[in-house]
Amino acid sequence: MAFGKAQKFYAETLANIKNDGLLKEERFIHSSQAADIKVEYPEGDAPQNAINMCANNYLGLSSHPDVVAAAHAGLDRRGYGMSSVRSICGTQDIHRELEEKLSKFLGMEKTILFSSCMDANAAVFDSLLDNQDAIIADKLIHASLIDGIRLCKAERLIYDHSDMAVLEERLKASQKKRFRMIVTDGVFSMDGDLAKLDEICNLAEKYDAMVLVDDSHATGFTGKTGRGTHEHFGVMGRVDIITTTLGKALGGASGGCISASAEIVDLLRQRARTYVFSNSLPPVIVSAANKVMDIIASTTERHDKLEELTTYFRKEMTAAGFDVVPGFHPIVPIMLYNAKLSQDIARDLFYEGVYVIGFFYPVVPKGQARIRTQISAAHSMDHIKKAIAAFTKVGEKYKILGKTKTEVIDMYGE
Amino acid sequence: MSDIKNAILDYIKNEYLEEEDEDDIDFDTPLISGGIVDSFSMVSLKVFLEVTYKIQLPDSKATPEAFDSVNNIYELLNEFNVQ
Amino acid sequence: MAFQDNIRDIFKKELNGIRDDGIFKAERIICAPQSSEIEVEFPAGSGKKNVINMCANNYLGLSSHPDVIKAAHQGLDHRGYGMSSVRFICGTQDIHKELEGKLTKFLGTEDTILFPSCMDANAGVFEAILSDEDIMIADRLVHASIVDGMRLCKAQRDTYKHSNMVHLEEKLKLHQKARLKVIITDGSFSMDGDLAKLDKIVELAEKYGAMVFLDDSHASGFIGKTGRGTQEYCDVVGKIDIITTTLGKALGGASGGCVSGRKEIVELCRQKARPYLFSNTIPPVVVSGAIKVLDIISKTTERRDKLEKNTIFWRKSLTEAGFIIKDGETPIVPVMLFNAKLSQDIAKDLYDDGIYAVGFFFPVVPKGQARIRTQLSAAHDIFHLEKALDAFVKAGKKYDILGKSKKEIIERYGD
Ligand SMILES: Cc1ncc(COP(=O)(O)O)c(C=O)c1O
Ligand SMILES: Cc1ncc(COP(=O)(O)O)c(C=O)c1O
Repeated sequence: MAFGKAQKFYAETLANIKNDGLLKEERFIHSSQAADIKVEYPEGDAPQNAINMCANNYLGLSSHPDVVAAAHAGLDRRGYGMSSVRSICGTQDIHRELEEKLSKFLGMEKTILFSSCMDANAAVFDSLLDNQDAIIADKLIHASLIDGIRLCKAERLIYDHSDMAVLEERLKASQKKRFRMIVTDGVFSMDGDLAKLDEICNLAEKYDAMVLVDDSHATGFTGKTGRGTHEHFGVMGRVDIITTTLGKALGGASGGCISASAEIVDLLRQRARTYVFSNSLPPVIVSAANKVMDIIASTTERHDKLEELTTYFRKEMTAAGFDVVPGFHPIVPIMLYNAKLSQDIARDLFYEGVYVIGFFYPVVPKGQARIRTQISAAHSMDHIKKAIAAFTKVGEKYKILGKTKTEVIDMYGE
Repeated sequence: MSDIKNAILDYIKNEYLEEEDEDDIDFDTPLISGGIVDSFSMVSLKVFLEVTYKIQLPDSKATPEAFDSVNNIYELLNEFNVQ
Repeated sequence: MAFQDNIRDIFKKELNGIRDDGIFKAERIICAPQSSEIEVEFPAGSGKKNVINMCANNYLGLSSHPDVIKAAHQGLDHRGYGMSSVRFICGTQDIHKELEGKLTKFLGTEDTILFPSCMDANAGVFEAILSDEDIMIADRLVHASIVDGMRLCKAQRDTYKHSNMVHLEEKLKLHQKARLKVIITDGSFSMDGDLAKLDKIVELAEKYGAMVFLDDSHASGFIGKTGRGTQEYCDVVGKIDIITTTLGKALGGASGGCVSGRKEIVELCRQKARPYLFSNTIPPVVVSGAIKVLDIISKTTERRDKLEKNTIFWRKSLTEAGFIIKDGETPIVPVMLFNAKLSQDIAKDLYDDGIYAVGFFFPVVPKGQARIRTQLSAAHDIFHLEKALDAFVKAGKKYDILGKSKKEIIERYGD
């Protein structure tokens, strides 16, 4: 309680963030998460209808009536909160059920739930590795994996993004360690590209290393039946540890998990600090997540629709003359290179009824600003067509359609 | 020599132990790996050594290993010609 | 994939070590909503048993309160199930703002920012607001999540002996030169149920130009005359710079945490706190329930008063029966048994008699300080407590510890 000096310091720090144009502003949504949302922006304005193109609601399950119904039923049968960590009195029958369903869906031996995938990643390394071991991580892994690695004493090695030659060098260089663990995202969230999991597994086997994949942006919709990146590459059973989230495709409420061999999961239950010292997932969430697992395990309908919409959107946006990062993932980055341009276009799109966010340094590298669109099975073809029309209109205004990267940079700077 | 060791031991007892278990530690007791000095409060021990013996311990020397027992600390001090 | 047998064996061995040390945590499966009486399957696979729950953080009995559940139902209908987004992309609803406003008002602070949990709030706040020119001075018994947050922050760190104000003052003097100084403490310490000396801490903070950080997870909603927490109990409302607390205990118990305090600090957390920026927003159904919880506790102290009454009754009854309990006023009531095995044996007997409480021993508490930690709830009625007392007394007689001193118990059972 002597805040004067600190207050001045913090006020200046905030002013600097603002001057650098890096201030993050929140938009208030006055509706459920869906393809059509009501957004209040800027703060105080009347809420406006918009097509949401920036949620991780890949399968459209965040407000799906069956999921909502399961949440209602869960509230009535198992209550609202547990007020306890798992090991004291925070484990219900439905928690065990969800863990079993996740194991089965992911094709792993056992699963342990966390409050979030952030918390799963925060604890996994420190619980399993120590200073006799080494972690070899892709340079672009998610912030939560980085925090987990920071909390662990193992030696840290980094390989260039998806560069298998460098990964192999790192594996050679760390051969004396007790355990090595290769760490990667399954799908990288800013570009929507996939880790080369088949090659990674080959190298892991050659050099006797474990593989950890964070499949948050893949579980439920990547691979033929949506199991994730490991299914896509045909390496199910060859990945040692999968971490993933319930906070994106799988209903989008909250929760994360680690799926792995029985020993690893058992040990995490004893040791993982975010598991041992933080509240259990609330029953209402667990109940609905159980329903989500039933839905995605029984039909690929939503996954197939997502694929169809994604293919259409990618094709039409490219045809319209946008610079689209190639691929097939529902994360579809529209490259604009210049930070201010990405902000201007996002704003104009909002006025056209399409809600997207411009990303720029430091979230993506300098000179690689973009609008990241995300397709959802909640979208109809009509939403997608409207969005393309709005993009085209704004793209014409800024005269960027059909222009190369160099031309865009010449016009707007980096 | 035992003056220095005793001074360090006294400091550690006062700083890190509760009254009840003070006689439990000696010059070889593992301090950090034994959970007596948590790595957070190592900074106090470092400042104590610097002030008492008028030295500057670079962070590279003030490692958990170097601080893990009174004997280890004494060796570290020797490197800085504290006798 | 190189999880070969050699690796498997190493992990197996570690697990066996944990079992051999007797510190393996086995989970009990609850087949009912959280409440004063629950149906439990333990060990896994065995038949179900009804027990009185004496170990939840359900202090106000709101975890399955009908009004809270109703609000959650409505929230589901009005604002959906999940948001599938972090806060600053498309994960902020009007109700998130509303909940932050209600927490600010309840805690008497300037502003509030929600996190997925208090674990995450503590993990993110220090790094967001401090750098290597600053010093964090923490009570030695702060919660593990604070320790992790401090580990993730580049500021210097030091600790002071638990609630020892002389030692804290020494440390403040020692670190006088640091740019920003923060004193860090839990409000109510979860293993002993004792309260931080916040009035003294604030005094020292003012004298030495330090900020005060308070984790009030085990106090928000029920400590202090109107439940505002340790700061109210110590009469320093408005003087704590940073408060973190959880929605996962008294405040409905579902999930969520927050940082509440000076508005610049909260704003900076919105820009920089990693668990806030990189993890999913709190789901609308949980937010709706939590808003109701705050409405309930802002309007009436009925539940906290009942909890207080239960606490007084329980503390008095145990003491009169001849148990050694940790003094204090909080609904965390540790029954001291000193010996680890004894704490396990008695917990088992209690369970057989329909009372669910957990024995804690080293390394969760210091060696020779094993105990059964009981926690009261406004969901308990006196008859629950009477039944629990009967079971405790029965076990106390069986092991002949009633009216015995610490020394006598240790002589008989070891420490
Ligand atoms: C003091 C303290 N802080 C933080 C936490 C974690 O809170 P949450 O369950 O919201 O992560 C706990 C809970 O165990 C606690 O006791
Ligand atoms: C790759 C990756 N891992 C982990 C997370 C965090 O997941 P959660 O929201 O469950 O904390 C995210 C979400 O942003 C992510 O993209």
